[in-house]
This record gives sequence, structure tokens and C-alpha cells, in this order.
Amino acid sequence: MADLSNSPAPSADTLVDIYRRMLRIERNDDAIRKTVRLGRLTMPYYSARGQEVIPSAISALLEKDDQICTIYRGIQDMVAKDMPLRPLWAEIAGRIDGTCKGKGGPMHLTHPESGVMVTTGVVGSSMPIANGLAWAAKLDGSKRVAIAYFGDGASNIGAFHESLNLASVWKLPVIFVCANNGFAEHTRYENATSVDQISKRAAGYGMPGYTVDGNDPEAMYAAAQTAITRARDGEGPTLLECITYRFMGHVLGDDDFYMTKEEKAAAMADDPLPKFRAKLVEQGHVSEEQLAKLQADIEAEILDAQEFGMASPYPSADELRRDIFAEEIPA
Amino acid sequence: MSEMVKMNGLQAINAAMFEAMEADPKVLVLGEDIADREGGGVTGTMRGLSTKFGDHRVCTTPISEQAIIGAAIGAAINGYKPVAEIMLMNFTTVAMDMIFNHAAKLRFMSGGQTSVPMVIRTLTGAGWQTAGQHADHLEGWFAHAAGIKVVCPSNPADYKGLLLSCIQDPDPCLFVETGGTLFVPGEVAVDQGPIPLGKARIVQEGTDVTIISYSTMMLRCQMALAGIAEAGISAELIDLRTISPWDRETVLASAAKTGRVVIAHEAVRNFGPGAEIAATINEELFGQLKAPVRRLGGPYSPVPFSKPLEDAFLVSPETVVATVKALMG
Repeated sequence: MADLSNSPAPSADTLVDIYRRMLRIERNDDAIRKTVRLGRLTMPYYSARGQEVIPSAISALLEKDDQICTIYRGIQDMVAKDMPLRPLWAEIAGRIDGTCKGKGGPMHLTHPESGVMVTTGVVGSSMPIANGLAWAAKLDGSKRVAIAYFGDGASNIGAFHESLNLASVWKLPVIFVCANNGFAEHTRYENATSVDQISKRAAGYGMPGYTVDGNDPEAMYAAAQTAITRARDGEGPTLLECITYRFMGHVLGDDDFYMTKEEKAAAMADDPLPKFRAKLVEQGHVSEEQLAKLQADIEAEILDAQEFGMASPYPSADELRRDIFAEEIPA
Repeated sequence: MSEMVKMNGLQAINAAMFEAMEADPKVLVLGEDIADREGGGVTGTMRGLSTKFGDHRVCTTPISEQAIIGAAIGAAINGYKPVAEIMLMNFTTVAMDMIFNHAAKLRFMSGGQTSVPMVIRTLTGAGWQTAGQHADHLEGWFAHAAGIKVVCPSNPADYKGLLLSCIQDPDPCLFVETGGTLFVPGEVAVDQGPIPLGKARIVQEGTDVTIISYSTMMLRCQMALAGIAEAGISAELIDLRTISPWDRETVLASAAKTGRVVIAHEAVRNFGPGAEIAATINEELFGQLKAPVRRLGGPYSPVPFSKPLEDAFLVSPETVVATVKALMG
């Protein structure tokens, strides 16, 4: 694991803010899973339960205009980036008030106002596009950075290698954030990946690569800070491999036979969310009362968003002729 | 009448790029070998641009087609107008996920929140003995993807005018250049401006038969005109110019007038653009046709290397003449 302890440590407020983002992700994920299981929503859902620390620590360092390009398991990355939940819920319900008018759905949420520029359902495809977002930031002469979120499986697809090489040659302000949860869909890491650490691949592309405990908010914050500072300073890209574990199967409803009961139980016993909560209280950064209010506020926000989304009308069939091109396709 | 100059397709593309980059600082160029130190592109169409506009706007890339198109998409989403060169059309297959799943669909999939105003320029065409991985006409593949326009010029004026339109267009455009048309000189107006996308050009008016074509096959059809006229047949020749969206109005009006149609393209005939056009003509004009719509295209075969085989692969002007004569009965 990388020792990046030279980075300035996060303040108490920042730590609590990271926890807020984690809790908002977890509560939202829980609400989505319950709604699907109750049959009130039908959709393919890829839970990232257990991986909340990664985007939460990163987003605590991002500005509103910093941009992300994420993947089908990336709802947590959007929630961490403070995307509003009302259009999120309307979108996953396929309704007209959704971020994408119901045309994208849970795998393709887009919300440029929050910096959520593209969400792809294709493994590895976040990286080539994130390069373009970063290229534009550089051409604009801005300090914006682009984050490409992806998983360990995506580090084996050609797009990863092409993207890291180009980003390095062009010194793009992009951070490649690999959530290594140990599984590429159903396949164990070691059965499909040639190196013991994905971060080692960074050396092949002339950029720094770090393996970080992706379940440790402070370590994650330090690594992200190093990478984001480097990008903002015009020094180029970084590869962050964030070690974590996916509590659920690949997709909601799969029987995750390929994960052992023991490792799953161990990971869940070490759940970063309650662990971090306890630490914050113990260190006196936040009180139980404050945390109770935080949770109540988040749950109220989710309930409101859920009701808003489910009450929104479905798009009309005319929408099939809109947004193909700028001009509407004639009926 | 504005002043005309003689130039070939390469020069026309180069002139369009200079104009577009001069007029709009958001226009970018990226691709393999395209900066001046690498020769300004494989055919030299981008020559002079990096010297004039700088390496930040004219960027040579690694040989990484997915990375090229991905970078163009990301920049386009942020308001730039990248013109990406994929050296050869067969190499677009390496970037198909970026083109088909992302560039073409992001406007729709984002509910109109994002758009991808980019151009992909690419070169293809048989006749150069480059065999099965350097010469395919894949425009039909792209025409099948909702959200990307497919443009196939056949002459220097169209190369300039259509490229200007593609660069200005708010949506992704695939701009297909062909070895058979790029080097042929033609008259181009000094002030040649954008030519609208989706509008065909009637190259020659006629009353007996309509011939529809584009790209290099268009030139072969033009070579067939003398033989057709000699047989006493009045042919109307249409250059489609844009494959998607294609100009139904012009095509249907001509087909209704002549009642006989031949569609000719270099792309493989099976499931080629001609099939869509023929089906539309049949659906719209069944009772008015004097003969079944005929399609000419490449055989169901990869493009071969051996010269006699390659010649046999291509639809010749003689075949066009014979097909038109047969159609007249």
C-alpha cells in the first residue's frame, strides 16, 4: 500500500463531509435495492455496497465543475459528487423528469450541472472519454480535472492501455480511479489479471501508480489529494488502484456463488461505513446527535426523491424521435 | 458566378480545414501522423495546419483508435469541435465501441443534455491492391446507428462544402474519403461554402432511368453515361452525397418520374445502403415502377489482393451500362 502520509491531513469537517457522502450513497443504495426487490421498479442494478469510501474521499477534493466519467456501477460516484436525487430517482424509474428523460436509465445517468458527464455500460469505456474531458480542461486553460472511474476488470481491456498511454503523452489532468473489488463480474482477480497490483501497470505508461486501501477514508483522501494536485498543477495523470470489496454480486439478483461465504462475511464485518462512523465519534469530530440528524436529513431527501421520481410521468413515444440529432426526426 | 479554381479532393479538404480552423477556435484536429512533423496525415490533407494553428489544436496521436475517438468525444461534450482522423475505414472497427455506443448515442442517452459535435474523417476504397483490411466501404454499418450522419463526397467541391457542413453540424458526422475520388481534379468555387447535409445532387437529368450512386462508384457511373446515351437511353444520375440521413425526396421524385432505378455502390451488395433505398422505393412507388429496382455492389466477399480479382470485385462502368440496358428491356 502506498504511503502518502506527506499529504496534508483532512480537517475534522472534511472527515465528516466524507462520511456524509458515504452515508448518502449507502442509504440511497439501500433504498434502490429495497424498491427493486419489492417489485416497484424494474431495472438492471449494480450495487457498489462496500465501496463507498472511494468516491466519497475523492469528491471531498473536487470542485463542482470538475468532471467525472463513470460506469454502470457508478451511481455512488454521482451521489458522492452531490448530484441531486430527485432527477436520479426519476431517471432510474424511466420517467420524463429523469436526468436523461428516462432514455438512459440506471447505467447511463448524466448530469453535467454536477459534473457527471458520461456514464457508460461498457467495461473500460469511461477512460478514453475522460481523457477528452481532461483535454478540454487543458485547452480551456482551466484547473479542472477529470476522473475516470472503472473496476479491476476494466484494466484488462484495450481501452485502459490506450487511454493511459495517451493521457501520459499529452500530460492530461485526469485521474484513473480503479476500484479493485476483487471480481471482474464473476471472475476472480487472479484468474484474469497478469499482475498482483494494477498500479504496477502505471509504470508502463510513465505515470505514478498507487495501490491504496480503498476502504480507509484517510488513506484514500491522501492518495486522491496527491493525484488531483498533480493534475491541477499540469503535471499529468495518475493511476489509483483502490482496494475494496463488493458486498453484493455483480448484478442485483445474481446468486454470487463465485464469492465464498467466509470472505464475504469477513468483508461485511469490516464494513467501512460503521467503522468510520465509530472513529469519528471516538475522536470527537462529531456527536451522536449530529450524526442522527445527518442520517434523518439524508433519509428524508431520499424519500422525497423516491416519491418525486415514481410520481413523474413516463416519456411519450415522441421522445424516440427527439435527441437523435439536434433537430427532431420527422414523424 | 464566382471565380472557379481547379483543385483535387485533398486540396479541397485542406482548404476546408484551414477555413474552419480560422473561423472557429473551437475546431481541433487529432489523428495519427497529422502534424506537419509527421507529414500532415497519410494523404497530406492536414498539411500546414499544425504549423499555422499550433500543436495544441492539431495533435498527432498514438496509434490508438479508441483513445482518439474517446478524446474527441470528451472534448466535443465540452464544446469543442474535434475533427478526428481514422486513417482507414477498416480501422474504425477498432474504435467501434466509442463511435457506435458513445459518439452516436450520447445525445439521446443523456436526454439531450450532452452532444457530440465531432467529425470522423476516414479513407477507403478498393483499386489499390490493399486487400481485405484496408479498402472496405462500411458506410452501411454507420448508417444503421441512429445518431451519426454519414457523408460520402465524390468530387472536390463536395469535399470542401460537405466537410465544412460536417464541422459546423451539432452532431457526429462520419466523412468518408475515397482513394478513387481524392486525386481527381475538379472546379471549385473560390468562395465554396457549406453544402447542406442530407441533400442529393442531380448530376444529369433524364427521363428513362434513375441511377443513384456516391463516392468512387459515382465516377464509374459518370463513365457509363456515354454508353447509356449511345443506346438511346435518357438517364438521370443522382449523387446521394449523404448516406444517412439520405435524401428520400429527391430519390423518390426521380424514381416516380423514370419508373426505373439502378442503385450502384462499391460497398458489398448484401445489406448495403442500396437495399434500404430499394426497399423504400418499392414501399412508396410500387405501382408506378416499370421494372424492379436493381442493385449493383461488391460481391459477398472480402476485397481481394490479386489485380484480376480486385477488378472483378468492383462494379465497372460496363456493368452499369449493361444493367441499365437490361432494365429498359
